[in-house]
Amino acid sequence: MAKITLIEGVTLALARAMEEDQSVVVLGEDVGVNGGVFRATAGLQQRFGDERVIDTPLAEVMIAGVSVGMASQGMKPVAEAQFCGFTMPMIDHIMCHAGRMRNRTRGRLSCPMVLRFPTGGGIHAPEHHSESPEALFAHMPGIRVVMPSSPSRAYGLLLAAIRDPDPVIYMEPKRIYRWQREDVEDDGEALPLDVCFTLRDGKDITLVTWGAMVKETLQAADQLEAKGISAEVIDVATLSPIDMDTIVESVARTGRCVIVQEAPKHCGVASEIAAHLADAGIWSLHAPVKRVCGYDTVMPLYRNEMKYMPSVRRILHAVNQVLEVS
Amino acid sequence: MARTVAAFKVDHFQFLGADGKLLDEQHVPAVARDFDRLTDLYRLMTLTRAFDKKAVALQRTGKLGTYASSLGHEAAHVSIGAAMQEEDCLAPMYREYGAQFYRGVKMSEVLLYWGGDERGNDFSGPRHDFAWCVPIATQCLHAAGAAMAYKLKNEARVAVSIVGDGGSSKGDFLEAINAASAWKLPLVLVIINNQWAISVPRSKQNSATTLAQKGIAGGLPSIQVDGNDLIACLWAMEKAVSAARAGKGAFVIEMLTYRLSDHTTADDARRYRPQEEVDEAWEQEPLKRLRSYLIDQGAWDDQREQELLSECSQFVQQAADEYMDLVQNKPQPLTAMFDYMYADLPHDLVEQRAYAEQFPEDGGHH
Repeated sequence: MAKITLIEGVTLALARAMEEDQSVVVLGEDVGVNGGVFRATAGLQQRFGDERVIDTPLAEVMIAGVSVGMASQGMKPVAEAQFCGFTMPMIDHIMCHAGRMRNRTRGRLSCPMVLRFPTGGGIHAPEHHSESPEALFAHMPGIRVVMPSSPSRAYGLLLAAIRDPDPVIYMEPKRIYRWQREDVEDDGEALPLDVCFTLRDGKDITLVTWGAMVKETLQAADQLEAKGISAEVIDVATLSPIDMDTIVESVARTGRCVIVQEAPKHCGVASEIAAHLADAGIWSLHAPVKRVCGYDTVMPLYRNEMKYMPSVRRILHAVNQVLEVS
Repeated sequence: MARTVAAFKVDHFQFLGADGKLLDEQHVPAVARDFDRLTDLYRLMTLTRAFDKKAVALQRTGKLGTYASSLGHEAAHVSIGAAMQEEDCLAPMYREYGAQFYRGVKMSEVLLYWGGDERGNDFSGPRHDFAWCVPIATQCLHAAGAAMAYKLKNEARVAVSIVGDGGSSKGDFLEAINAASAWKLPLVLVIINNQWAISVPRSKQNSATTLAQKGIAGGLPSIQVDGNDLIACLWAMEKAVSAARAGKGAFVIEMLTYRLSDHTTADDARRYRPQEEVDEAWEQEPLKRLRSYLIDQGAWDDQREQELLSECSQFVQQAADEYMDLVQNKPQPLTAMFDYMYADLPHDLVEQRAYAEQFPEDGGHH
């Protein structure tokens, strides 16, 4: 077993999936010879050849549309968008075709493709490289949306995404690509695509988050522990569908909840979770549910990007507000 | 000093004149003498037109939703179907019924789709063909993807996609050309240039002399044919499909025709185009010229024409009856909107499905 990073978990899962299923192909800009701009596909073209690890022309709409076409004809394309901002032209094919293929043909055709891309800010990248568009995708019927936050979940969730018979958007929080190393066994074990992960048990408050915000949320939980406050931390991981039961069950025990997301606040995934708690969790809540989010602004250029994102301080601020209510 | 580093030309092919005479008796493709085949295709073109008339009538009497007519495109459409093999893959837009009927899609399935029932897309014809595609030109990339799949799997199959003059302005079309060129895909892209994208004429799409030359710009052999001449359409399609099947890469064919109908039944073309233009286009339409040719050659006559017309009206009535029976007597249950969303319905949709079942009386057909 090797200690690997999140991005190495991605690479390991890609290699595993390509090994076990000949219909899996990887395509995208710079994924072949260069191994991807973050090296997520490093070594794959050397190992599997240029017919299975395909450098595409610079054409995002084409990457998405061709993947839809390949998936409907017996292949399993795993397409890479180089950055989250470059998925916008792909949305036509994801929303209007990938997510509808099975339904519109009454099951005659299906679209088992994966679109994976780095998401979120915090790496001093240029404009359009740092957004968090998960809510856009989570709003689309017929697709699944996944965001891992650890090397082992990157591995297990990507394997599940590739094996899934329907389209999956797999978003990689690039700020934590190399944050942690973890022992990950290349055992081919997939993780479920509809289950939250409880990263830390607690009894006083539930902190719900996903992606790179897991880092700040765990740090906040550490600081709370030092003050004698026990915070449960849940990594939602699958943003569509969301395992609300785990969240509601946790809040039923703690009575308090803060949701942390990097994406803008308005109509975000945090809003959906809060709305669900207002319905199924209302009688166990001792305090209002708070959301700590990115602002409803354009993601600033990198000098201010960390001011945009929820900080440990902002998380603790919200936690204190929620704990003050008796 | 400048030197020419690239030059190109676009050839236009026509064999059959609007009067039903061959333009040059000495230079015609073999199919021009295959009267059994031409007669069969003429029959299908006639059936397609009869179907079209019936579909418009069903819409006008409130029995069908918005419908996109294929009137005037019969030669282009039927030639596409006729040039393909069963295992090839068609990625249509939404009015190429002639191609689909040839491939085995049922008339009642077309009616189901425009009649608001997803079962229409569950073709009994080639099960791997793509569904009707409303987002313009996106189908070109799906066909490129299908072609990519066949190439990677070493299958001798060809993908064919159809786009309009309007659709040729979209990036998807151009990106499909580009991908097909980069990867030498077994793909045939057919531009059916019917001169009108709803109310916008061909002249307003761009100032290029032909649309075929967009393929040349991307590195693909590209030609233009008279889209009202079945012989030219079929000759070009067969040439392109067999080249693609032989591993020679992709091909672009621009078929020049005319949309004799409104864009759809929801459109009124009198608002934006002169009747004289439509009258002139009727002089060029594809059925009349093929019929004249076949009669001249002794392969067709009035009696056969009358028999065919009565047969066609019987077939289209049967299709309409079958469609009406399905929607009236065997409608999809409310839960059908959930049941094909995913291979395994996620838990939240299982809940919504159960919830929806509590309100079966809501929102009946209006």
